[in-house]
Amino acid sequence: MKLMPCPINGLRNISEFICGGEVETMPDPSTGSDQEWAEYLFIENNTKGVVREWWMHTPTSYWFIAERNTETEEIIKTYPASDIFKQRVDFTQNKS
Amino acid sequence: MPFSLLKYGFSKVHPSERHFQNLAELKSSYDVVIVGGGGHGLATAYYLAKQWGITNVAVLEKGYLAGGNTARNTAIIRSNYLTPEGVRFYDESIKLFQNLSNEFDYNILYSERGHLTLAHTDAAMRTSRWRAEVNKHLGVNSEVVYPDELAKLCPHLNLSQKVRYPIMGALHHPPGAIARHDAVAWGYARGASDRGVEIHTHTEVTGFNFENGRVIGVKTNRGDIRCGKVLQAVAGLSSEVSKLAGFKLPIKSIPLQACVSEPVKPFLDIIVVSGSLHVYVSQSSRGELVMGSASDPYPLYSTRSTLEFKEELMMHLLELFPFVGKLKLLRQWAGTADMTPDFSPVMGITPIQNYYIDAGWGTWGFKATPVCGTRMAETLATDKVPDLIKPFELERFYRFDQLGERGAASVGH
Ligand SMILES: Cc1cc2nc3c(=O)[nH]c(=O)nc-3n(C[C@H](O)[C@H](O)[C@H](O)COP(=O)(O)OP(=O)(O)OC[C@H]3O[C@@H](n4cnc5c(N)ncnc54)[C@H](O)[C@@H]3O)c2cc1C
Repeated sequence: MKLMPCPINGLRNISEFICGGEVETMPDPSTGSDQEWAEYLFIENNTKGVVREWWMHTPTSYWFIAERNTETEEIIKTYPASDIFKQRVDFTQNKS
Repeated sequence: MPFSLLKYGFSKVHPSERHFQNLAELKSSYDVVIVGGGGHGLATAYYLAKQWGITNVAVLEKGYLAGGNTARNTAIIRSNYLTPEGVRFYDESIKLFQNLSNEFDYNILYSERGHLTLAHTDAAMRTSRWRAEVNKHLGVNSEVVYPDELAKLCPHLNLSQKVRYPIMGALHHPPGAIARHDAVAWGYARGASDRGVEIHTHTEVTGFNFENGRVIGVKTNRGDIRCGKVLQAVAGLSSEVSKLAGFKLPIKSIPLQACVSEPVKPFLDIIVVSGSLHVYVSQSSRGELVMGSASDPYPLYSTRSTLEFKEELMMHLLELFPFVGKLKLLRQWAGTADMTPDFSPVMGITPIQNYYIDAGWGTWGFKATPVCGTRMAETLATDKVPDLIKPFELERFYRFDQLGERGAASVGH
């Protein structure tokens, strides 16, 4: 059994988690071009090596960040998303 | 046992025909370099030589011949897809497959058995009807069947209502088949090699050379070579190789596992798939049950096997065929599947001039080997993307024009 260290639930079977994909910078909601959105949504780095990804612990719906190696399957560290996302995205500015 | 076989068995030398020439040196230049010596790369080389007379071609394979996903798949061939674009494309492949043994003069053990996609929910029944209609409209034989007919088509299938997910019906696709995957690759390799194509194994592509935005050469672990055109056909390593060329793909590399049981007497002649239960099974000509499931839950460049995969697979398989509970597993393995978000491939031109791609074959690309070969050869030879594969171009993601095949490809392979 492969274990994933969840920042709030501790070590759990990895089958309790969903991988949400690479952490990428979202295009600006107001000014992002179609090209930028297509790349953000569909195009992947698909890195062979160390990646930084969104993961969710399904039973508790808790999203966090995991760094892991996609060649060795080693999970290097996990931490709350708030460690890197300091500000909420403000969508209200897009009302135009 | 015939005496000659006995003699052969006890002999110290086991002469067998080579499938391709063993070449010592790379030439300094080729018209076409194909990166990846799996089924797709070899088929393209074969049709380049056979249909277009282009023989100054090198297939470069970093490992041994066709040891990637071509060697690891469960060999299901079918054309009962969901989108008209998909159905047309895979149907051309089936037609090529049906004549391949004759064309090669080499037996690929093509075995037409019929294919059942079981439905356990209203939603799955709806998808079955949808697929049947699209298929029939395009002349592909598919029909929705109900439990009474299923009992005849697959007498051992557990049709009891007293299970967690009772079977409501199925999509029946009589042309569904399996073939010997290695023989397909070897047949293409031999046919290409006989016509002058060079196949270099243990030759890894490590980079490319460019001039004014066009590719003009390939770097390998055995030195640099010049080339007119490049085709990349490297499946699980698609993103890594395209990065060497300078562009990214809508692909995640995710393991797909499979396993076979010990051999038993024939009892299952049809291929059985359940998308809802994430299981598919067929019985090989050796008597083994060949089994698989959906791809792994997260991306990984590794071909390890897991217990979770087998636990889930067996849990569902036992519901369909309870009596296989006593069978032992014989082998397990995995391949790295190049998964696209819409379960359709990425084929055709790329942002780099003279650099072509055949990727995004995920869990479903063995059946497409012949059609990829002919159509990629046509693309390279004519510099024009044939209409049949136009819908699969990389550009579709930038136009938000995906080709959703999830309903027909996610577990069905
Ligand atoms: C377990 C499993 C079951 C499957 N079942 C089915 C099925 O039932 N039906 C179906 O239709 N499909 C199935 N598939 C999918 C199918 O196997 C693949 O889509 C298909 O074989 C891809 O063929 P290919 O020639 O593109 O890739 P491959 O056979 O993987 O060949 C690519 C080659 O490129 C080489 N390569 C990579 N990088 C380099 C480099 N830098 N330089 C040189 N060479 C390089 C690799 O070594 C490899 O040999 C399955 C796959 C798996 C893993």
